Amino acid sequence: MDSQHQSNAGTERAAELAPFGGRNANIPYPCGPEANPDRKIVDSVEEAVRRVGLKDGMTVSFHHAFREGDKTINMVVGVLARMGFKDLTLAASSLLSANAPLIEHIKNGVIRRIYTSGMRGKLGDAISNGLMDTPVTFHSHGGRPALIERGELQIDVAFLGVSACDPFGNANGVSGRSWCGALGYAMVDAQFARNVVMLTEEVVPYPNAPASIRQDQVDWIVQVDEVGDPAKISVGAARATTNPRELLIARLSAEVMEHAGYFEDGFSMQTGTGGSATATTRFLEDRMRSKGIAAAWALGGQTGSMVDLHKKGLIGTLLDTQSFDAVAARSLAESPRHSEISAHVYANPLAKGAVVDRLDMVILSALEIDLDFNVNVLTGSDGVVRGAIGGHADTAARAKLAIVVAPLLRTRIPTVVEKVTTRVTPGETIGVLVTDHGIAVNPRRPDVADRLKAAGLPVVPIEDLHRRAIAISGQPQPLRFLDRVVGHVRYRDGTLIDTVRQVAP
Amino acid sequence: MTLRRSMLFVPGSSAAMLSTAFIFKPDSVMFDLEDAVSLREKDAARLLVYRTLKMPLYDGIERVVRINPLSSPFGHDDLQAAVRGGADVIRLPKTNTADEVHELEAAVAEVERDCGREVGSTRLMAAIESASGVVNATSIATASPRIVGIALAGFDYVMDMQTTRGDGTELFYARCAVLHAARAAEIDAFDVVFPDLNDEEGFMKEVELIKRLGFNGKSLINPRQIELLHNAYAPTQEDVDYARRVVAAAEQAEADGLGVISLNGKMVDAPVVENAKRVLNRAAASGLRK
Amino acid sequence: MELKQESLAGTLESSDLFIRISPSDEPLEVVINSEVGHQFGDQIRAAVVETLEMLKVTKGIVIVEDKGALDCTIRARVHAAAMRAAGVTEVDWEALS
Repeated sequence: MDSQHQSNAGTERAAELAPFGGRNANIPYPCGPEANPDRKIVDSVEEAVRRVGLKDGMTVSFHHAFREGDKTINMVVGVLARMGFKDLTLAASSLLSANAPLIEHIKNGVIRRIYTSGMRGKLGDAISNGLMDTPVTFHSHGGRPALIERGELQIDVAFLGVSACDPFGNANGVSGRSWCGALGYAMVDAQFARNVVMLTEEVVPYPNAPASIRQDQVDWIVQVDEVGDPAKISVGAARATTNPRELLIARLSAEVMEHAGYFEDGFSMQTGTGGSATATTRFLEDRMRSKGIAAAWALGGQTGSMVDLHKKGLIGTLLDTQSFDAVAARSLAESPRHSEISAHVYANPLAKGAVVDRLDMVILSALEIDLDFNVNVLTGSDGVVRGAIGGHADTAARAKLAIVVAPLLRTRIPTVVEKVTTRVTPGETIGVLVTDHGIAVNPRRPDVADRLKAAGLPVVPIEDLHRRAIAISGQPQPLRFLDRVVGHVRYRDGTLIDTVRQVAP
Repeated sequence: MTLRRSMLFVPGSSAAMLSTAFIFKPDSVMFDLEDAVSLREKDAARLLVYRTLKMPLYDGIERVVRINPLSSPFGHDDLQAAVRGGADVIRLPKTNTADEVHELEAAVAEVERDCGREVGSTRLMAAIESASGVVNATSIATASPRIVGIALAGFDYVMDMQTTRGDGTELFYARCAVLHAARAAEIDAFDVVFPDLNDEEGFMKEVELIKRLGFNGKSLINPRQIELLHNAYAPTQEDVDYARRVVAAAEQAEADGLGVISLNGKMVDAPVVENAKRVLNRAAASGLRK
Repeated sequence: MELKQESLAGTLESSDLFIRISPSDEPLEVVINSEVGHQFGDQIRAAVVETLEMLKVTKGIVIVEDKGALDCTIRARVHAAAMRAAGVTEVDWEALS
């Protein structure tokens, strides 16, 4: 019981209570005839920034539901730069290639620190080449709300782009012109930020329901021309495939899911992003039908292929933090059992209950996986940051079985390596690796290995896959790094699991 | 037993496909130096195929090289690349007569001697792509002890017959003729490529037909068709259960010293026992149908 | 092998490489751009140089744009480009094996 509560409870003398002074005397916003129903709407981002009292050194946050189509982050940071702000901390749920314009703002001292799940393109290049004085903090989707809850990451102002909201700020990703679908990352910021500025393409009549971001969380609303281009959401990581190699891997991973011991009526799954991962969903349909079972729920990152199974009654409920394509966004709007969840509910290890805690199987991708099953999804074959942690470490940690799917080689670059360049997800949380050259099971999971072998699947030691890769590609030269650290890789519990170093010129 | 259900065509000019196609695990892969390679790229494709053969990429997969006809300016150079590279089988296109096989056999032997490869270690396969080839199928199939199979190639054949690909009626005689020639010579028979990559249903229909006719397998141009084909050729659980009972009955009869095998009160002929053994072998090699 | 004309071989497709060979009076100059250069730069150069040495090409300018080709592809492409540049049509199989 806090002290304030105690003192109130102890107040028995009427004289100590403030006397009634009229209905508007003791509340922040007037009500009655003089109330302005549009009081939250301001004319410009600048005006909103002035009203929230942003100062140098504060922390601003953004969501990445529009992925490569995002128009909010660059625009707002541009405004902050013009207004002369310095030394800001940028906390975006993730950054993508489209965020290359941030490089200038980092150089000019507008942005001093970055928290993000990952980054790609020119920004990743620049960071890996030593652009920032302070290392970037890379976190998982569940790790981010944990950093917030622990107080390390305090968001002063969240700038949340949405396609439509009402004059009080009730917003969702399935109204207006530019649907992004689920707003799972924005929901976290709306929940925890001290101030929330909503940027919207249009203001629709009150009430805009359902409200993913609620009126009680929103301080100011600015109407802008565009917040994002939904057509570019599926560019990059999330895509459908007709590539025979990816389909081969997908078919194998569906077989692993079928025989690993968790394919029972009412099971739960997440299939992640990447060509093979999403294609796996397609192969599951036949297997579910022939066994006469259905999944109780699926988690994600939802895609059209998951929605397809949902519509066919093979997945009961879809739990969705971000919609990877228009089909998923449409389903979120239309299906009563397609539910939006925040990244906090999705994966926060400090939450009183995260959905990942109940997950049976997850399909994950990898840039590298090493002989101890540690996975790198952050840095590329040149050591440069070109990926994102996403929910990788979160789902792997909690699912009963985490299945990594990846080609053994990407052109000449082996995926199975002796030691990962960057350790993002610890090997102890990975169960199975599926490649186009065979399947390796983590020795920590002999139960799974036995079941897969009994089903006739090509299970081999991961060392064999590594030898096979090297026989084809040749032994790679070690990457050259400088001592300088440019990124901290934080595990979902906030601990430091690895660092990213500056690449040698 | 050597299964030759799938023969995946890989253009000899495509570095990307040459360095990845082994992951699809066809029974045989055919590096094509003929129709898939333009005239300007014949020289480079030959070197690519030679270098690919030298790598340990296709372990466990039979490596076939389709050369250009020996009468073309490319055929003999192709043969050098294939035999020296270590190809398991040379596939001769547009085979019309047994003499062409004899000519190939001599040319292969010469390269084998030149490069120190065991003479006779390179196998041959003839593709039949014309009316005269079909008519001569029997003599082609028996032209050399090196021949392991003959393949019908549909596109050139229907052109020669002045017709087009349709529901299979146009290939009926050729399929039967090639198949009989192969069976009489105790070698394998391959059916034509199914041209429409996206028509999975049509492909499966054709696979059912050629399997019933008795073909060992089929030439393929899309890796995605391999799994479908292999599955269609895999015995079912019922097939295997029945085959096991037949074999058990045969063993019992032998143990009892009986000349007549009976199962459930019915007499079982020797060829049925042979077939049952084939089914069990195939199940061991390819698994059960899904 | 004496280079007589500029020649090209290969493609810019993934897992392939594109190579341009030109005659020159200067000692061999080899320029390699590779998207896998951080991990395989030395091996790629070795494959190019060894193939040219086998063909006894000692003068010329070689520019390689590599897209992650395997060693076998690199050697085949360099060989083809050199033969084209030298106007040679017969492969010296004995030298190869």
